[in-house]
Amino acid sequence: MKTALPKEEHALNKKDFVAPNDVRWCPGCGDYAILNAIQRTFPELGVPKENFVVVSGIGCSSRFPYYMNTYGFHTIHGRAPTVATGVKVSNPELSVWLVTGDGDGLSIGGNHLLHLLRRNPDVNVLLFNNRIYGLTKGQYSPTSEVGKKTKSTPFGSIDYPVNPLLFALGSESTFVARTSDTDMKHMVETFKAAHAHKGTSFIEILQNCVIYNNKTWEPVTGREGKSEQSLFLEEGKPLLFGAERNKGIRVNGFDPEVVTLGEDGVSESDLLVHNPKTSNPAYPALLSQLNYPTFPTPFGIFRQLEGRETYENALTQQLAASQSKQGEGDLQALLTGSDSWVVE
Amino acid sequence: MAQAKDSFIEIESAVVRFAGDSGDGMQTVGERFTDSSAFAGNDIATLPDFPAEIRAPAGTLAGVSGFQVQFGSREILTPGDEPDALVAMNPAALKSNLADLPAGGMLVVNTAAFKKMNLAKAGYETNPLEDEDLRNKYHLVEIDFTSLTKEALSESPLKPTDKARCKNFFALGFMYYVYGRPLDPTLKFFQDKWGKRLPDLAEANTLALKAGFNLGDTMESARNRYQIIKAPFDSGVYRKISGNEALVYGLVAASKQSKRELVYAGYPITPASPILEGLSALKHFGVKTIQAEDEIAAMGMALGASFTGKLSVCATSGPGMCLKSEFIGLASITELPLIICNIQRGGPSTGLPTKNEQSDLLQSMFSRNGDSPIPIIAAHSSSDCFDCAIEAARIAITYKTPVILLSDLYIANGAEPWLVPNVSDLPDLEVPFADSSKEYVVYKRDPSTLAREQAIPGQAGLEHRVGGLEKNEEGGVSYDPNNHEEMTRLRADKVNAIANSLPPSELFGDAEGGELLVLGWGGTYGAITSSVRNLRTEGFSVSSLHLRNLNPFPNDLGDILSRFKKVLIPELNMGQLSLLIRSKYLIDAISYSKVQGQPFKVSELSNKIIETIR
Ligand SMILES: Cc1ncc(C[n+]2csc(CCOP(=O)(O)OP(=O)(O)O)c2C)c(N)n1
Ligand code: SF4
Ligand SMILES: [Mg+2]
Repeated sequence: MKTALPKEEHALNKKDFVAPNDVRWCPGCGDYAILNAIQRTFPELGVPKENFVVVSGIGCSSRFPYYMNTYGFHTIHGRAPTVATGVKVSNPELSVWLVTGDGDGLSIGGNHLLHLLRRNPDVNVLLFNNRIYGLTKGQYSPTSEVGKKTKSTPFGSIDYPVNPLLFALGSESTFVARTSDTDMKHMVETFKAAHAHKGTSFIEILQNCVIYNNKTWEPVTGREGKSEQSLFLEEGKPLLFGAERNKGIRVNGFDPEVVTLGEDGVSESDLLVHNPKTSNPAYPALLSQLNYPTFPTPFGIFRQLEGRETYENALTQQLAASQSKQGEGDLQALLTGSDSWVVE
Repeated sequence: MAQAKDSFIEIESAVVRFAGDSGDGMQTVGERFTDSSAFAGNDIATLPDFPAEIRAPAGTLAGVSGFQVQFGSREILTPGDEPDALVAMNPAALKSNLADLPAGGMLVVNTAAFKKMNLAKAGYETNPLEDEDLRNKYHLVEIDFTSLTKEALSESPLKPTDKARCKNFFALGFMYYVYGRPLDPTLKFFQDKWGKRLPDLAEANTLALKAGFNLGDTMESARNRYQIIKAPFDSGVYRKISGNEALVYGLVAASKQSKRELVYAGYPITPASPILEGLSALKHFGVKTIQAEDEIAAMGMALGASFTGKLSVCATSGPGMCLKSEFIGLASITELPLIICNIQRGGPSTGLPTKNEQSDLLQSMFSRNGDSPIPIIAAHSSSDCFDCAIEAARIAITYKTPVILLSDLYIANGAEPWLVPNVSDLPDLEVPFADSSKEYVVYKRDPSTLAREQAIPGQAGLEHRVGGLEKNEEGGVSYDPNNHEEMTRLRADKVNAIANSLPPSELFGDAEGGELLVLGWGGTYGAITSSVRNLRTEGFSVSSLHLRNLNPFPNDLGDILSRFKKVLIPELNMGQLSLLIRSKYLIDAISYSKVQGQPFKVSELSNKIIETIR
């Protein structure tokens, strides 16, 4: 017999979250590392195992729920945000995690993602961005760069890509972050922060597809890139990066620029200081524009707005307010209505 | 005068149609007339008929809005083929409705609107009221509602434009006089609606209504007054109800009876929006509603709610159903309970958004990829929507399946009296979730219903995955060829097994069979039953059967069909049920189609029946 023990006594560990099914991603796929990170994160969240629900769309990444030993729902292409909303609204006690791809979340499901983010239910969105359609074998995606040659763009893509973080900001997301499949520690930290945030958390995970888009993030997340081309955001700290941490980001008018400490009289006090809690979306939007190769790519929490009500709480409060005002609904009175008549 | 007042002519039933500009408040007066008639103890049936445009240019044919009501001392099953009295508030209303008024019918017109500009807008070159033929053919009653209303409201503090708007209630008051309707329900309506917020408006409408009624008293031409005695209702508490209201109440009742919270997601669309609006007001019943970003999302939200064990529902119309198809397939393969209401309207595409059609039976049957049968039930009248909501919930929860509940614009907007059920008489719909103390096999089936058990998030030890990929009994993804065939068959057999839970079909007419069976479904019930009833009293060998369950069909249907020489299937589509019946039972059923956005007339059905028998 399998029953859950009370939280305190039940020391969940990674193994509790490993499903019996064989994992069927290609050897070397970045998805393995993300799965690993989630399986390490979940036991540490203090949530009973039976309260986790993992929802996904369709794509290589969206096979994720099958590999998690939790309640899971592998839905249809692009529509997972709707199912996740339904789950969370129905039972606010649940910890809901949504796995989507760059095609699933930003192409076919872009509209649903937009509305999930603006409604702000407490759902954690993991967008696996490999800049390619993996499961359909290598067509370009809405995050592929202009000029990208794929099977469906033999002469190079002419679509201008969408920036997932800017999209999330434009959708009024209250928590926006980026991490990468190459950085286990950073993934776990980011997932924990997402869980702690009350409201929808949006995390772009730079993910490698070894088969159809190998090394697409290498310049940023590879061993060399990471020290020179990544910028790790820390609340209250200046935007510093580089192996020697002597480079930083300064704003000049409306534009960011890279400066080196000590050169031309630049000191730390000239640099932007990271504040993910500012309500002004211009700041995280500016961060979202920092991209390789002109700029280092930021990782961490871009935005973390506190205080906006979650959808499910707002709804629960309306229900409670209606009940306290009108009393608990009386079905017989509802059916009879106020204009009934009696036939003897 | 006293003589006129007393000279009531007693009649069995009457049909009144109010027609005017979309801004003239014709739906409102139609509703009030209906309420008043129901209050007077008559049986009623209504047909609101309005344009798709909210306010088409005033005075044009495109902007004409109408409301027809039949009321009587016998059982009234339809809003009536043609009006006995037509109220036309402007020339456009006259032009688009006059053809329906039979010779000798009462024609009440607002003369103030028959001015040059309005006549031109309606396409009249001369004033039709001056036409001798028209004056001879109908019982014409000419009243200047506009100035009489102004006069009646001379003391009112309302602005002149607001005063002018009260003329619809003046006209209503006049019709109340003609048909001896009580004023009280309408006076109460004014108080309830405006008494507190806009007392001047409540007062002005009260004055206008009474002035219209009194005018009847003093007018020569209204000397004919009609009296309709009470209809023989069974004893009990009654109310007037529309199909959409009944559906809302049925869903709330099903939620209570199943002890499952109601979660509803919808996207606005005619004629389903009142369900979203109605449920949104019932938060004190614990009903959670979400206005989704589109119908796909509504379906996904409802499915998410199903997964957590709620009674989940969405409602839409044809175009929205198109969008839901992929998700309905997912609900079918994951075997989760869900109710999808389709309030049908004229198609294809945007089609006739405010007109009626039995448009989507075949869509309900076949619009998904793969073999994905799902149960379909159809409501046959406004009040039947209540019972159908409960039946849909029973099927969904018991068999763990999405259910399509078909209603249509005609029964959704139309109203009839409803014997209010006693909550204590409603069926118990409770179905337990999987037992946490036992081993859980996700797709293991109950041998009699073939339904699986459902475990829900929060139940410890029963964690499992569902999804759109084919799976084996344990819930694991499986591409095994034999497994896929077995699963496909099991899903189909499960839906077919629902037929074993249905009561015997209720045939109207000759159980042993006869010349002709008229087979129908949905909102044509009233018209079919009325014409079959009439023809049977004339001695015709005709019976009728109205199907609620369209998938699966009742087990006794084949046997019933075989007892009749001919089967006639009238439908407001190109023959959708007919196709299903012909293919399933291999009989030469005769299809009778009408696709004009309007209900069947009893007369046209009767003619067709006689022609088919001969
Ligand atoms: C309605 C629909 N259209 C198309 C597909 C085919 N399809 C499956 S996955 C996919 C794209 C997946 O790309 P992405 O979301 O980036 O996920 P990845 O495989 O890269 O993880 C497509 C187009 C589908 N399953 N459903
Ligand atoms: S195709 Fe790419 S994304 Fe898909 S499993 Fe293989 S490596 Fe991973
Ligand atoms: Mg991808």
